[in-house]
Amino acid sequence: MTIHDIQQILDARWIYGEELADREVHTACGSDMMSDVLAFVKDQSVLLTGLVNPQVVRTAEMMDMVCIVFVRGKTPDENITALARRGEIALLCTDERMFTACGKLYAAGLSGGVGERLS
Amino acid sequence: MGELVKLHYDVPGDDFTRAGEASSDVKKKLKTLGIDPGCIRKVAIAMYEGEINMVIHAHGGTADVEVTTAYIDIALADQGPGIPDVALAMTEGFSTAPEEVRNLGFGAGMGLPNMKKYTDDIRIETELGVGTTVYMRVNIA
Repeated sequence: MTIHDIQQILDARWIYGEELADREVHTACGSDMMSDVLAFVKDQSVLLTGLVNPQVVRTAEMMDMVCIVFVRGKTPDENITALARRGEIALLCTDERMFTACGKLYAAGLSGGVGERLS
Repeated sequence: MGELVKLHYDVPGDDFTRAGEASSDVKKKLKTLGIDPGCIRKVAIAMYEGEINMVIHAHGGTADVEVTTAYIDIALADQGPGIPDVALAMTEGFSTAPEEVRNLGFGAGMGLPNMKKYTDDIRIETELGVGTTVYMRVNIA
């Protein structure tokens, strides 16, 4: 699956990174708790969250993620977008709720990848 | 052991939006040094959690990183309130972070446990009313 596929499946709006649309993604996680995201590092490439602050981008950066999807219609401000641009992390916004967004991506073949901790 | 580079950062306190800048810079520098990506990720996560802790609990502090051919050492020092019970603070889920920090996605009691999990060695020196220094080492595989 690519970031473009995620955008299509979730009918999401591009905030940043349309030029990164062809990047492959294999696993994803959905959470509003960044420390939980940081606890599992099985090469998750997409983060779905309803949280909107710069630390979401920082967390994705530390985890080498390539795409963040803001759910429930949340929209990041310019500071957050600038941070994502520097890290080349694609930003998408969808009106879907977290459960539905995760479900649609899972049904389309994107796996969770959680449960395998780097230790 | 051959020393490659030493890095020093001031971590500003009470500015949650800037937390993580030092970790981000270290991550970039380790990449340019050709360090193993898995090793870089461990360092980045552990240091980032530490930075967040310093901002939340201690009004910031300093971060020092030493890279050798065998390991990466990180020292995070603050002049915050100190940790009354280190063993309790290392317990997953234990947190003294205020509600507003939880609303920002942290303060779930995973910071120190994550730092321990992703490092090969962690040592905490703390004194109430004086401050805390966390020493971490990640071995280069």
